[in-house]
Amino acid sequence: MSALSSKVEAVFDEPGCNVNQGKSDKERKKGCAKQLTPGAAAGGCAFDGAKIALQPIVDVAHLVHGPIACEGNSWDNRHAASSGPKLYRTGFTTDIGDLDVVYGGEKRLFRAIREIIEKYNPPAVFVYQTCVTAMIGDDIEAVCKAASAKFAKPVIPVNAPGFAGSKNLGNKLGGEALLDYVVGTEEPEFTTPYDINIYGEYNLAGELWQVKPLFDALGIRVLANISGDARYSDVAQSHRARAAMMVCSRALINIARKMEERYGIPYFEGSFYGISDTSESLRNIARLLVQQGAPQELLARTEALIASEEARAWARIEPYRARLSGKRVLLITGGVKSWSVVSALQEIGIEVMGTSTKKSTREDKARIKEIMGDESHMFDDLPPREMYRILKNSEADIMLSGGRSQFVALKAKTPWMDINQERHHAFAGYEGMVELMKQIDRLLYNPVWTQVRRPAPWEENS
Amino acid sequence: MATVTHSKKACAVNPLKMSAPIGAALAFLGLDKCMPLMHGSQGCTAFGLVLFVRHFRETIPLQTTAMNEVTTILGGLDNLEQAILNIHKRANPEVIGICSTGLTETKGEDVDGYLKLIRKRHPELDETELVYVATPDYQGAFQDGWGKAVTRIVTTLCEPRPRTAWQVNVLPGCHMTVADIEEIREIIESFGLYPIIAPDLSGSLDGHIPETFLPTTLGGASVEKIRTMGGSAVTIAIGEQMRWAAEALQEKTGVPFRLFDRLTGLEANDDFLQFLSELSKDEIPLKYRRQRSQLVDAMLDAHFFCGGKKVAIGAEPDLLWQIGSLLTEMGCEIEAAVTTTHSVLLERIAAEEVLIGDLEDLEQRAAGCDLMVTHSHGRQAAERLEIPFLRMGIPMFDRLGAAHKLSVGYRGTRDLIFEIGNIFLANLHENQPDSWPLPQHERESLPC
Ligand code: SF4
Repeated sequence: MSALSSKVEAVFDEPGCNVNQGKSDKERKKGCAKQLTPGAAAGGCAFDGAKIALQPIVDVAHLVHGPIACEGNSWDNRHAASSGPKLYRTGFTTDIGDLDVVYGGEKRLFRAIREIIEKYNPPAVFVYQTCVTAMIGDDIEAVCKAASAKFAKPVIPVNAPGFAGSKNLGNKLGGEALLDYVVGTEEPEFTTPYDINIYGEYNLAGELWQVKPLFDALGIRVLANISGDARYSDVAQSHRARAAMMVCSRALINIARKMEERYGIPYFEGSFYGISDTSESLRNIARLLVQQGAPQELLARTEALIASEEARAWARIEPYRARLSGKRVLLITGGVKSWSVVSALQEIGIEVMGTSTKKSTREDKARIKEIMGDESHMFDDLPPREMYRILKNSEADIMLSGGRSQFVALKAKTPWMDINQERHHAFAGYEGMVELMKQIDRLLYNPVWTQVRRPAPWEENS
Repeated sequence: MATVTHSKKACAVNPLKMSAPIGAALAFLGLDKCMPLMHGSQGCTAFGLVLFVRHFRETIPLQTTAMNEVTTILGGLDNLEQAILNIHKRANPEVIGICSTGLTETKGEDVDGYLKLIRKRHPELDETELVYVATPDYQGAFQDGWGKAVTRIVTTLCEPRPRTAWQVNVLPGCHMTVADIEEIREIIESFGLYPIIAPDLSGSLDGHIPETFLPTTLGGASVEKIRTMGGSAVTIAIGEQMRWAAEALQEKTGVPFRLFDRLTGLEANDDFLQFLSELSKDEIPLKYRRQRSQLVDAMLDAHFFCGGKKVAIGAEPDLLWQIGSLLTEMGCEIEAAVTTTHSVLLERIAAEEVLIGDLEDLEQRAAGCDLMVTHSHGRQAAERLEIPFLRMGIPMFDRLGAAHKLSVGYRGTRDLIFEIGNIFLANLHENQPDSWPLPQHERESLPC
């Protein structure tokens, strides 16, 4: 069995995942990836997933080994924000041609690494495998090892070629690369009893900065956020954290579990979407830290901060309540975001008339059901045609979804808000919920809707 | 005039180029009731989709055969068959446009053979056209993929037919926007001619708001119309990338072609209108005589600001030729020209060197220029260099109305000249006390 397929199997056999624990041995071997239907599939590949998980490490060079398709068609399309270095936004690819396909691309890859180090001298180079180069048998692990030795610099292989599976698998394989090659390779200058890690927060639109002030206020230090706005050293030193939080469903559960196993860093699963979720997460962090030896008084300070922040958030949301309550939302998104956003919307009286659960795990679905009251408004897979029908018939006042279905809503002349990867607005923490209400309000009450829905006079007469 | 060089780097930095398969997919998106299908792993399709959605701000029908590691090794017949059947069942398009990818090409799949087999097994597909084009990711660039796809579209769908004197085919390159295509149609129609345009993005991706929702493209060149191309008087090909397609159509149906390597600029449009006038035996309409003189006036007004300006351009060959020629005609100097793939046009560009390279190459060569022209990915480089930036080409994701940017015809040229002239006007250098320093050694010759 190749190194990759044994890795994939190991990742699928995730003891930290309780869905997996409910399966038979045979089922487990098959992995959690649904078999894709040719002609009716739409997701990103494993390479995409690995890049999503790791590219937010801002000071390293991310080099994609493959033909132009993988990087050329996709670079510069996300909004993970950086507070400093910008190198992660530079697109690097070996852009292999026919000759490389015939003779192998390893030499070109090695030269590419050298060029990057000579020109940009980053603290590390991450090398991503893709389909064609995997097919022709390029051994990126060997090339990275040789380059590491030659240039005395970490060169990290990320072995997640697209055809290995889904974006979700790619997230995990990206996490594996960190565990195998990065974590534990450096020591922090000092440690404190208040050091934490966060896993699975990518700092899209700068969301990390909506919650970081809360930690600062409590004296909690984020030793490593994996991976939004992270520096290579943060990740390398992350094994010294005292406790950790895992966000974004289970994308990086393997990191969370192995960090606990190897370094005794306990974690919990939480979310910064929604007011009560944010408070709950802060409480959990404090509790875990105290359990790990931090002074008891952290708990009281945390409660005090929660009380004052909740009150401040509600006061700012209050003006929107009358304008938004009773409005109906169609929510199309995956995983943990569904339930945390649903509960946030319900908190101010918005009615969630339907939500998709396509990417949600069994547990997510249970949570959504609990929050929504029944299952009737949970769609496993809502085809665009049906989405369009719902909106066209005005069964919803606004749709919240990812960018791809945006135009289904707009063509149905219905307000739409982006809540996925490509969004520009930040919706995390208390600040994020205030922002969410503000944005929904702004969209719903834009005068443009009355104009665009007005038929042309000659259509009205006929 | 230019020396064409190839970047020697092993690592492309900030790619200018995009892949051939998605160029082919875009060509299929210019057909009516079509579903483009990429034969490869699903990730390639997802990236293509995101790219087009960001550029056009439209829903984009695009499907994948969803190959994985195992199916790649075993061969993709099953996946291709299933994909076609599923698409037929769910979306029932008139045509499925299939393009291969690096993955399936590396394996060496015989897709033509597969399709024969699938046709034999499934008579229910008899009404569905299947057009296949081979586009390995590691060969050529976006415009090559487009050119190859159009070649396969016309050779698969067209047959010789009795000639209709007033009917003309138009094969636009992928650098023609929706607005460009609309303008070309209007010009041709004003001569009493009937244009058949394929692919026609102005029908499918112009941003119209339909009353129903279709899972396929809605608008664009229909199969039925494309079939009639075999009976046109002539084919007008726009851009060198369309030469293959025009030649193939001629070979198959005998329809002769005339290739216009660009439709931006005074002379280029004079030739185009003269050609249409001779073809239709009609006079040049008054409207265009007037537009021509407006353009001449615009050129006179703008040349003050364009003359001697140094520009850096990063674009696919046909677009590079189009905008580079116009800028040269306005007195600008092409200081840096970077492109994605080979073309006979490259040597003719008025620059010392045309480099097949990336945006890092362009950035290095653009320092000190007065203008950078490339697609949206160049914005970071222009910012770093602090030089004005004109967006042209695909992708253009950080501006609205990418599809409606007009730059062909007299009118389009006029507006483009104004846009460029205005950029120069807004960035006039004001003289400063230290604008004219003496050389170092002279400054030091003063007594202290
Ligand atoms: S599926 Fe493979 S070839 Fe396609 S983008 Fe992903 S890694 Fe690249």
